Amino acid sequence: MRIPGLLIALFAVLLAGCGESPVAFHGKDITGVMDDLSFTLTDENGDTVTESIVDGKAVVLFFGYTHCPDYCPMTLTLLAQAMNTLSEQEREQLRVLFISVDPERDTPALLKEYTDYFGPEVIGLTGSKDQLDDVTKRYRTAYGYGDKDEEGNYEVSHGLAMYGFDKSGRVRLLMRNDQPVEQVADDLKALTDL
Amino acid sequence: MWQTLQTALTPYILSPLTVLLCLSAAGGWVLGARRLARQGRAPSVWRALSFFTGLLLCYAVIHTQFDYYARYMFFMHRIQHLVLHHLGAFLIALANPLPVLAAVAGGRRFPLLARAFAPLRRVLFDPVVATLLFVGLIFFWLWPSVHFDAMLSLRLYELMNWSMLIDGVIFWLVILDPRDPRQARTSGFGVRFLMLVAALFPQILLGAYITFSEPGLYDVYAICGRAWPLSPATDQVLGGVLTWIPPAMMTILGALVVLRYYLNYEQRGD
Repeated sequence: MRIPGLLIALFAVLLAGCGESPVAFHGKDITGVMDDLSFTLTDENGDTVTESIVDGKAVVLFFGYTHCPDYCPMTLTLLAQAMNTLSEQEREQLRVLFISVDPERDTPALLKEYTDYFGPEVIGLTGSKDQLDDVTKRYRTAYGYGDKDEEGNYEVSHGLAMYGFDKSGRVRLLMRNDQPVEQVADDLKALTDL
Repeated sequence: MWQTLQTALTPYILSPLTVLLCLSAAGGWVLGARRLARQGRAPSVWRALSFFTGLLLCYAVIHTQFDYYARYMFFMHRIQHLVLHHLGAFLIALANPLPVLAAVAGGRRFPLLARAFAPLRRVLFDPVVATLLFVGLIFFWLWPSVHFDAMLSLRLYELMNWSMLIDGVIFWLVILDPRDPRQARTSGFGVRFLMLVAALFPQILLGAYITFSEPGLYDVYAICGRAWPLSPATDQVLGGVLTWIPPAMMTILGALVVLRYYLNYEQRGD
């Protein structure tokens, strides 16, 4: 019976050993669980960009699509509300990356119109299937398309998580959109302080 | 057609460990079987077929495009573990692979290694420990907060899958050991029946619990996104049923094999 105890202890160590973090987030601390921020995508002007566009800023990354009926507008509204409670300096140190996994409908122009509505800190990105596969795989998330109806509309499944990165691009935080605005604001502040 | 097949066989995330372990298992069998054949004790074609089918099934669910769906759909994940812990592990153990793999060493003996592993083997192959681990691991990895972390972290995910496969093989090796328990001093057939029954009911309860729980028990699939738009409720019910019914059927299958061994040795004993 010594072995099962040992195994449980081993699991505990493995689960706990994901790296120390000086801050306590309301969301889930995922420091070290995933890779640093990295991508090659198309921005709102149709240019190919990499993670260097947010150099030195804390980042919240979120996957979605502009035709999304519920989660995406809800989450972006929540982020916008939380950002509004921050000071101008704090906001300046933060960028929200909205990556559309529906490049067929989300043209750069449409993305720009959509993200501008939620604030100047929100940047819309999308990319080819290979580019999107790369970045979604990196952050352990999937996306898929439902069947088209008569008008050509279709549903898109995508992850609901918001991923927080510190200013040096290290992954730190996983937030869900059921967190209250104040808690999201706290976590955003903590991210910019790291 | 060729391209579709190629895409399907490409691992979602390449794991050198998986390639290495599967290749060593396959290579070990081929080498060991050859050595045994030279002594006129070659394992039967059926045993080889059982071993390689089990190994291939396990490889297919963890190192092809199937793995993608298993990461992003709860019910596909349950199919993956059904293969790793039950079907694949069962077929590997049914082939009685230990004597074949041991033959790789040929005439050489490793007394130090054997002495180091003997206590570990005694503990892991103990019927109570094997049963507790078999059921315990299913519950452990399906514990919602543990499951959440395992699906986020690549390291934990790999640990989860390999622990399920190795544990499954150990459990079924104890159940399906073809030697006469009176001579080999392995677990008796009655004990093995009890092991199967003891493992059966917790799995039924867990499967039923998942099936009838409110949707959202495993919300990591919502947070990480599903492979295609399937309702979370449907996903969970399918996953629950897959945790419930096929493992119960595998238990019956195991019991039938044990029964056959029992009758075999009873007749010979008389």
